[in-house]
Amino acid sequence: MKKLSQIKHSAAAAPHIVWAVLFILLPLFIVTYYAFTDADGAFSFENVTSLSEYLKIFGLSMELAVIATFVCLLVGYPLAYIMARANPKRQKLFIMLLMLPMWTNLLIRTYSIMAILDDGGILNTILNTSMHIVGTKGAVIFGMVYDFLPYMVLPIYTCISKIDKHMWEAAADLGCNSFKVISKVIFPLSMSGVISGVTMVLVPSISTFYISQKLGGGTFELIGDTIERQFVTGALNVGAAISLVMMLLILLSLAVMNKFTDSEDGGIIA
Amino acid sequence: MSKLIELKGISKSYDGEKILNSMNLYIRDREFITLLGPSGCGKTTTLRIIGGFESADEGELYFDGVEISNVPTYKRPVNTVFQKYALFPHLNVYENIAFPLRLKKIPEDSIREKVSEMLKMVALEGFENKSVSTLSGGQQQRVAIARALVSHPRVLLLDEPLGALDLKLRKDMQNELKRIQQSIGITFIYVTHDQEEALSMSDTIVVMADGEIQQIGTPTDIYNEPKNAFVADFIGESNIIDGIMLEDKKVRLAGHVFDCVDGGFEKNEPVDVVIRPEDIDVVPVDKGMLNGYVTSVTFKGVHYEIIVDIKGFKWMIQSTDYVSPDSIIGVYIEPDAFHIMKKSKYSGKFGDYSSYSDEIEELSNADAAEEF
Amino acid sequence: MKKHLQRLYLGLIFAILYIPIITLIFFSFNSENSTAVFAGFSLRWYKELFSSPETFIALRNSIILAVTSSVIATVIGTAAAEGIYRMRNKHFKSAILSVTNIPMMNPEIVTGMSMMLFFVAVAGILSVSYESIGFAAMLIAHVTFSLPYVILSVLPRINEFGDSLSEAAMDLGCTPMQAFFKVKLINIMPGVLSGALMAFTMSLDDFVISYFVGSSNFQTLPLLIYSMTKKKVTPDMYALSSLIIITIFILLLIYNYKSGKRIKKRRLIGGYKK
Repeated sequence: MKKLSQIKHSAAAAPHIVWAVLFILLPLFIVTYYAFTDADGAFSFENVTSLSEYLKIFGLSMELAVIATFVCLLVGYPLAYIMARANPKRQKLFIMLLMLPMWTNLLIRTYSIMAILDDGGILNTILNTSMHIVGTKGAVIFGMVYDFLPYMVLPIYTCISKIDKHMWEAAADLGCNSFKVISKVIFPLSMSGVISGVTMVLVPSISTFYISQKLGGGTFELIGDTIERQFVTGALNVGAAISLVMMLLILLSLAVMNKFTDSEDGGIIA
Repeated sequence: MSKLIELKGISKSYDGEKILNSMNLYIRDREFITLLGPSGCGKTTTLRIIGGFESADEGELYFDGVEISNVPTYKRPVNTVFQKYALFPHLNVYENIAFPLRLKKIPEDSIREKVSEMLKMVALEGFENKSVSTLSGGQQQRVAIARALVSHPRVLLLDEPLGALDLKLRKDMQNELKRIQQSIGITFIYVTHDQEEALSMSDTIVVMADGEIQQIGTPTDIYNEPKNAFVADFIGESNIIDGIMLEDKKVRLAGHVFDCVDGGFEKNEPVDVVIRPEDIDVVPVDKGMLNGYVTSVTFKGVHYEIIVDIKGFKWMIQSTDYVSPDSIIGVYIEPDAFHIMKKSKYSGKFGDYSSYSDEIEELSNADAAEEF
Repeated sequence: MKKHLQRLYLGLIFAILYIPIITLIFFSFNSENSTAVFAGFSLRWYKELFSSPETFIALRNSIILAVTSSVIATVIGTAAAEGIYRMRNKHFKSAILSVTNIPMMNPEIVTGMSMMLFFVAVAGILSVSYESIGFAAMLIAHVTFSLPYVILSVLPRINEFGDSLSEAAMDLGCTPMQAFFKVKLINIMPGVLSGALMAFTMSLDDFVISYFVGSSNFQTLPLLIYSMTKKKVTPDMYALSSLIIITIFILLLIYNYKSGKRIKKRRLIGGYKK
């Protein structure tokens, strides 16, 4: 004798379950299928074995994304900390100020930096110089940091602001100086926010193609560009293979990172 | 009075843990019945099965002779007052009480009449347009009662309704609830872990422990004639001492043979003997049936609570006379103060005051309030 | 000293975050066709923008897509959150939540690629052109990536709301359906609304997935901007971007106002909602 209303209520999830199977799982299955077939639909390992050609691009994407994530953490943690310690009215203002760029379209943000840093751009015009910035690794990293910084700050901020205010007093009472309060108490407590932030910056940084297109000035290709190129040229099987590998790598690393947070809220969304 | 509700062989488990073990109980019409027991004894689950919020794994539930196990909550002629009132925050006092009437599409002027009648009954006239969030705990409680009673259910279920109120308010509400029950003349099924509340309000008390009914009876029966060590300990204070029933009306305990009034046991049967602390008289040593060493004396207002070591077993005595700690006193017990019980699985677990302190008592009460 | 350092730090970060955006808005008012030299104030590029039918079509498409996809995602997602809350089987529950979160955790480019391949296959099976299912494909893609955000915004509210009020409603005579609509839905509304707003903004903002899934006959604003930046950029793209930024700003203000009110209200009834 099960509870009748219980079963009926669970059925409310049915449309979503059907939706998720059809439009989340099935497409992933199709990607896998494409990755292991050639253009005629015959089974083939060629796409996967040909991936070794892209090893260097994978490496470069990883390098730039990791540097950008690290810079975001370095710049973002103090910002999140200051925000969380500010009075509530200020906090609200800071969040607004961070949300606006975050919700502004990525294309617009990226393009706006390019317009400033470009060879004939605003910066060079104002300074009357001819600095070559766009097309360097630095410019791409700057673009990533600029575009994704709010994704680092907000989860960390949420995490720190949830820490009991007495924690600071307790730590100080037990003999921590203000640096030790942060390093020994607050930072460990905000670890789940840091991990959310890191994943939220790392994932889009690794897979971006627009930032490298605009700020890379066409001089180098990241893995996102490679996928996009396969898509444009219609080499869908190779594109699928790269996508599949990238997805597996990222989901794997997310799983590993989530192991380190005893997160109740899924860890990814703060 | 006829059987209004009957539970036959009701069992319920959660995650493999048995909460109710083949429970049989019937409830008469117009009765104020209390399910009393500690946290996790199954009392709330019983109430929720009657209300239709849970269904039993086994057994049948009858209402007025009709099997209703599969009747959904909203079709059952019982209403509930919830532990934390469960008032709808988006509706004001009037709309909360009118809620069940509106579902029945009752005309507006009739609704107005019924709601104001209810508000009058719970003494909340003039609160119609107040938001429920601005009310005090006691007022929210009254609204919840009015809302549950407005559609004239045959039975009102109350799940620790006074648990969230402070002591003074709780006493007032106890009287109030009893008055309401008597004036409208319907069945109240009341769940609580507070024995005092149960004793002062109920017609019938059902003492529960470990998913089983330990005893059913009137408050005086339960207090004076507890069936086993659990009931004796849970209701009021008790000294529960191992004894041997030598023959009818003769019991041996603490090395002495006492006259008592109970009988009907085997010859030399081991028994549990209950002696209430207020039934023990303090007398000079030479006049005592037993002598003991006073280990502590606490002033409780009406009486002193005296802990006495008698042959290694700590007894509690309530006396209006002061004795000094570390002295030797004699005790005298009338034959009708002994209550003899058969041995049960609860024997030996209760009734010794050697580790007694008020603090522990309070802690365990707080636990009990967290019943799921 | 420490205070000043903090201020300098905050000032620097927010300056870097805002200078490009402000510059962009500034140059949208340029009277000359340049994105580097400001010649004078004019509304020339706005006029040009509004005279181009392309902009209006893209705007219309974006709004149609955002409204329909957010409505569908909100309805399915809210029902799903209620259903997931009711689930007793913990493994099944967490399996569903994990699958739901895939589009949120996966790189957008992978989601885009996989959905595109899926719709290619669907078009193949139906033996119709990809263009002919273009809108449906976009709509489905947008609902799919919005769903986890709706569920994540509704589910905590449902968890917080608990069972007691629904039980009270049923006790007083509501059918389970009535209890949901008359009591629960009203009380979880803030979560539903913020989920809907999130889905709406996500849809309006999405470029990567739309780029992969979309077809030439259904252009949205982000796709239009992308095609504008592919050519030599004229300040009309700046004008369009400025308008989008202002819109986002207004949406954010509404959102914050709403959540501010919500917090206030929650404080009021906080006492007995536990």
